[in-house]
Amino acid sequence: MTLASGHLGSLGMAAMNQPTPVSEAFQPHLSVSGLTVRRGERLLFAELTFTLEPGGVLLLRGPNGVGKSTLLLTLAGIVHAEAGTLAGLERTELHLLNYQSGLKGRLTVSENLKFWQAMNGANGLAVEAALDAVGIGGLGGLEAGYLSSGQLRRLSLARLLVSERPVWLLDEPSAALDAEGETLLGRLLDAHRRRGGIAVVATHHDLLLGDKAGVETLILGGAA
Amino acid sequence: MSAFRALIGRDLKLAFRAGGEALTLVLFFVMVAVIVPFAIGPDRPQLTRLAPGIVWIAAFLSMLLGLDRLFRNDDEDGSLTLLRHADLPLEAVVAAKVIAHWLVTALPLLLATPVLALLLSMSWAQWGQTVLALTIGTPALVSFGALGAAVTVGLRRGGLIAPVLILPLSIPIMIFGVGMMDPLAGGGATLFLIALSLVVTAFSPFAAALALRVAGE
Repeated sequence: MTLASGHLGSLGMAAMNQPTPVSEAFQPHLSVSGLTVRRGERLLFAELTFTLEPGGVLLLRGPNGVGKSTLLLTLAGIVHAEAGTLAGLERTELHLLNYQSGLKGRLTVSENLKFWQAMNGANGLAVEAALDAVGIGGLGGLEAGYLSSGQLRRLSLARLLVSERPVWLLDEPSAALDAEGETLLGRLLDAHRRRGGIAVVATHHDLLLGDKAGVETLILGGAA
Repeated sequence: MSAFRALIGRDLKLAFRAGGEALTLVLFFVMVAVIVPFAIGPDRPQLTRLAPGIVWIAAFLSMLLGLDRLFRNDDEDGSLTLLRHADLPLEAVVAAKVIAHWLVTALPLLLATPVLALLLSMSWAQWGQTVLALTIGTPALVSFGALGAAVTVGLRRGGLIAPVLILPLSIPIMIFGVGMMDPLAGGGATLFLIALSLVVTAFSPFAAALALRVAGE
C-alpha cells in the first residue's frame, strides 16, 4: 500500500480527487539472452543479453540507425529475432510508445483515450485523471487533430496511465516535449518504477529521473 | 467483449465523421446501375433479366473500391502495431474491423437497393431476392477483402493490388449470388452461397491476422 500511495502522490492532486483503482505492485522480470536480430541482410545486433529487475530502467543509446527502435520492436514482439530468448514480455503486459501515436485526429482527446483504455484494460487511472496527470486536463472534448505534437505526445503518455502494465517500451519519449514535459516524463517513470515497473527507453536526451539506482545503459553499435 | 465493441464503435464513429467516403461508395453503386440502361438500351424485359447480374457487379465493384481503407489508416498512424498489444488477440481485432467495415460499406448498399430496383425495373419479389442474396454474400466479400487488404497493407501504393488479388477468390460468390436470384434455379445456389459465406467469414480473421503479423516486420 505504501507503494500505491507513493504513486498517487507523484501524479499530483488530480488523481487524488476521485477513487482510482490502484493495482498491486507488479513484479516483472525481464530477461533477454543471446538476442540476434537481422533486418534484411544487415546484422543489427548479435548475442545481446540483459536482465531487468522490478524497478529497473534500461537506457538504449547509440547513433541513428543502429537498431534502437528495432530492438524495442523486437521486445514488443513485432519484429522476430533470428536467435535468442525473451522472457517476461507477455503481449498484454507491455506498453509500446513510439513515433506513431495510434491516435485518431477525428476523435476527441477523451474518445481516443477511452478507446485505448477499452482495448488495453481499464485497470489504471480514470480517463480524466490521466489527462490531468499529463497536463492536458482541459482538452478532453477537443478533436485530437487540433493538438500540437507535444500535446499528442502527452496524450500518448496518458495511454500508458489508463491501463497499468508492468513493462514500458519507450522510443524517444521526450521527442516534442517541452522542459516541463520532460520533468513530467521523469515523474511518470519514477512512479512507474516505484510500483515495480520496468522500462526500456531509447533516447538521446537524459531522462530526468529522481532515482538513478537501477538505471543501466546499453550502448548499441560499436561499443556494445 | 467490451474491447471488441469499443473497436467496432471507434471504426463506425470514424466512418461517420469522415462521412464522404461511405457515401461515395453508395453513389458509385447507384451510378453503375444508372449507366447500364444507357449502355444496353431501354428494353425493359431485357433490363429485368439482366438486373441480378448488374446489381452484383455494382456491389462487387464498390466493395472493392472501399477495401483499401480497412487496415491502411490504422497502419499509417500506428494503431495496428499498438493493437497487437491489446487484451484482444489480433484475430479478434481483425474480426471486429471486418464487422465494422461491413456495417460501413455493405449495409449502405443494401439500403440503396430500392433505387436500383426502380432503375432496373425489378419486381418486388426480385428486389427481395436481391437483398437476401447481398445480405448473404457481402460478408464473404468483406472477408476476402480483409485478406487482400492485410496482405497488401505494407505496400505503400497497394490500393489497387488488393482488389486484383481477391478478384479470383470472389468469383464463386458472384456465381452463386447471381444463381440465387435466378427463378429457375433451385435452392442449391442459396445453400452454396451460405456455406461459402460462413466458411470465409470464419477463416478470414485468422488468415488476415497472420498476414498482418508478417507485414508488421
